[in-house]
Amino acid sequence: MYKYDDYDQQLVDERVEQFREQVNRRLSGELSEEEFRPLRLMNGVYLQLHAYMLRVAIPYGTISTAQMRQFAYIARTYDKGYGHFTTRQNIQFNWPKLVDIPDILKDLSKVQMHAIQTSGNCIRNTTADQYAGASFDELEDPRPWCEIIRQWSTMHPEFTYLPRKFKMAVTGSPSDRAAVAIHDIGLRIRRDDQGDLGFEVMVGGGLGRTPMIGKTICEFLPKEDLLSYLEAILRVYNQFGRRDNKYKARIKILVHEIGAETFADLVEKEWVHIRDSALQLPQSEIDAIQAHFTPPPFEVLPSLSSVFADKVATDQAFAYWVKNNVREHKQQGYAIANISLKPVGGIPGDISHTQMDALADLADQYSFGEIRSTHEQNLVLAHVKRDDLYALWQKLDAYDLATPNSGLITDLIACPGLDYCALANSRSIPLAQRISNRFGELDRQHDIGKIQIKISGCINACTHHHVGHIGILGVDKKGQEFYQITLGGRADEHAKIGKIVGAGFSTDEVVDAVETLIDTYLNLRENKEETFLDAFNRVGEQPFKEALYDAR
Amino acid sequence: MTLVKNNLVIEDKWTFVGDEEDLPKTNAIVTLKRWQEDREALLARFDNLGIVLRSDENPQVIAEDVSFFQVIALDFPVYTDGRAYSYARLLRERFGYKGELRAIGNVLRDQIFLMHRCGFDAFEINQGGNKALKIWLDAQKEVTTFYQPTGDGRNTVLSLRERRRLAKSAS
Amino acid sequence: MTKQVVTANRLDDGLAVFYKADDSWHNSIDQASQVDAGPEAEALLAQASDERNQLCVVGPYLIDIDKEGAHATPVRYREMIRTLGPSVRPDLGYQAK
Ligand code: SF4
Repeated sequence: MYKYDDYDQQLVDERVEQFREQVNRRLSGELSEEEFRPLRLMNGVYLQLHAYMLRVAIPYGTISTAQMRQFAYIARTYDKGYGHFTTRQNIQFNWPKLVDIPDILKDLSKVQMHAIQTSGNCIRNTTADQYAGASFDELEDPRPWCEIIRQWSTMHPEFTYLPRKFKMAVTGSPSDRAAVAIHDIGLRIRRDDQGDLGFEVMVGGGLGRTPMIGKTICEFLPKEDLLSYLEAILRVYNQFGRRDNKYKARIKILVHEIGAETFADLVEKEWVHIRDSALQLPQSEIDAIQAHFTPPPFEVLPSLSSVFADKVATDQAFAYWVKNNVREHKQQGYAIANISLKPVGGIPGDISHTQMDALADLADQYSFGEIRSTHEQNLVLAHVKRDDLYALWQKLDAYDLATPNSGLITDLIACPGLDYCALANSRSIPLAQRISNRFGELDRQHDIGKIQIKISGCINACTHHHVGHIGILGVDKKGQEFYQITLGGRADEHAKIGKIVGAGFSTDEVVDAVETLIDTYLNLRENKEETFLDAFNRVGEQPFKEALYDAR
Repeated sequence: MTLVKNNLVIEDKWTFVGDEEDLPKTNAIVTLKRWQEDREALLARFDNLGIVLRSDENPQVIAEDVSFFQVIALDFPVYTDGRAYSYARLLRERFGYKGELRAIGNVLRDQIFLMHRCGFDAFEINQGGNKALKIWLDAQKEVTTFYQPTGDGRNTVLSLRERRRLAKSAS
Repeated sequence: MTKQVVTANRLDDGLAVFYKADDSWHNSIDQASQVDAGPEAEALLAQASDERNQLCVVGPYLIDIDKEGAHATPVRYREMIRTLGPSVRPDLGYQAK
């Protein structure tokens, strides 16, 4: 994975001291809260319901074991012993004191981490496919490109006060696990007719009040032009994005209002001026960054592992975990292990400091010292020998990290909601817990099969509920929590915004409503292979609607 | 209000003139509207002319005219309105503007440095002389590492790395 | 008459706090001064938002409460959660005694 050189380190160190100064100036009264707020946000510090919240960037979701141990240390030392993984592959701490945050940032800088630009109207952390470098269908590892973007976007002097926040995602595979189509800019690595690799560039995806799927404005961008093209997009957006209304300030509105073609023209016109500038990436730099992401020293292993096959045959619990949580690896004899942070009835994405330490040890032992975070709020050990899976699973189980539900109904995505978040209209976590408990039995989960439920506590849509197979949005109806359901969304390479199915449900009704949807699906599916989403796409929303509302 | 330029507090010789106000004898900074309406008259009358652009006035409209101005002032109505960062770079790096580029409005310590990187070289700071100068000097010191190439001529990380690579391959 | 109290988050640690008219901030809502909505509440809010308090807390605002004896309960669920802690973690926040 990427290692800072002295320049990267110096910048982060300087930034820590700069923020320490800013905190001091706030505490002394030199800065008003109004002046301080954007500065703290630019350093990942929010003020939530109970306390400050610190969001730490995990660039493209890759975490070293030293970094994971540092998270554990921070959780123990400055917080209440746990952290929360978010849908943007970052980690949040819920209880830091403002006066401690400069020290926390200092501790993070020692493991080459920071919280820069994890909030504010600037370019945020770039996310990537969690299976990068391990997936068999990958054209190229997206992470070097994310790192190049990270550096370019860090403290960009021109783009620090954009009309609104700006998020990018990169995938290197045809199957899209990074949800690129719902980002302000989505990049998909692809081949042109000559067989060269470059990027398909999508802009204007995003959820919130006005959900939209990104539009492709460039079919094939040569790699060396990545930064000049991004700078052209951002410059157009910075000048012409709306600033009169916060809800219309994202780039998706600009693209929508002037049309994707006109937008593409503006970008093109800007780009011709800067394409051959210092932004053009020299091959030497691309090579140097890519060299940080060379594959780990895989062993040459036989395709079949009798140890592994034996255990699968004899240990049913292990077999279930393998079936649900283990994915094919590009390297023979290796596998990708998904670590669920969704124990049945638990808080999605939360992890204790002991679990963090344990995972770091396991990653050192079994997966080349590297851990990934996913936008589904889970973790991944990307390179595990098949022969080691059983031992790994046993140890994970000892720390309650072996829940075999990856991709199943209890693998729900839920934001912090009203239990923590100052913007929330309703709670998300308790609903996630109740749904999880309702469907917790593993046989039932297997019967239901692959399905994604996403719960947001307000229209900011942090969990991307619009693109959940079942999306649930918490709203406030006369002081009561209410939940609105959308159906049929998806975030993959066929990304689609789900449709609101009808009137919302009260806290008491909503879990039953989800069960009604599931039962309806089970009754009408053609066979066990037809997933919820497939069935929905075949029959449309009508049967689901009827089941939900006709009985009422 | 203090004008800081070239690490000094300087006396402001310029006058901002509203659309309806009488013009001074010299060193007038006029609005875009006035410039567009009275262009010829202004050019005939002044050797020293400046223009001020609001944040919703894109300098593209004066792209051909920049050589007429000794001062271009770009307004930050609130510091969160970041359009003028792009305007500044366009003026400097594309339209070839060489005169004074002045930041006015909500110009605060924690943004000044970004402004400088984008090409601003003069700053109206809402503080007394010594304090304003200190704000500028402090803001300058905080960060010394830059990833992005802009027109300010500072070495970028990438150029420094390239230099290192060359040195290494040469030795 | 609706009763109100002033709440905010403390600047240094961010915790939810409640205002008492003697110009002090408290972790428990029961310590807060309860005032009638309207001019009395606005005056209290102004006092709690003055320059000195800007150095102690962030973003003071008024909330409606229900009153039973000395004990105050916020009307809105959001504020209730602030007086207690996350509903999903009874071991954390003020509720964790
Ligand atoms: S969706 Fe709303 S409630 Fe949930 S975390 Fe995002 S902003 Fe907070």
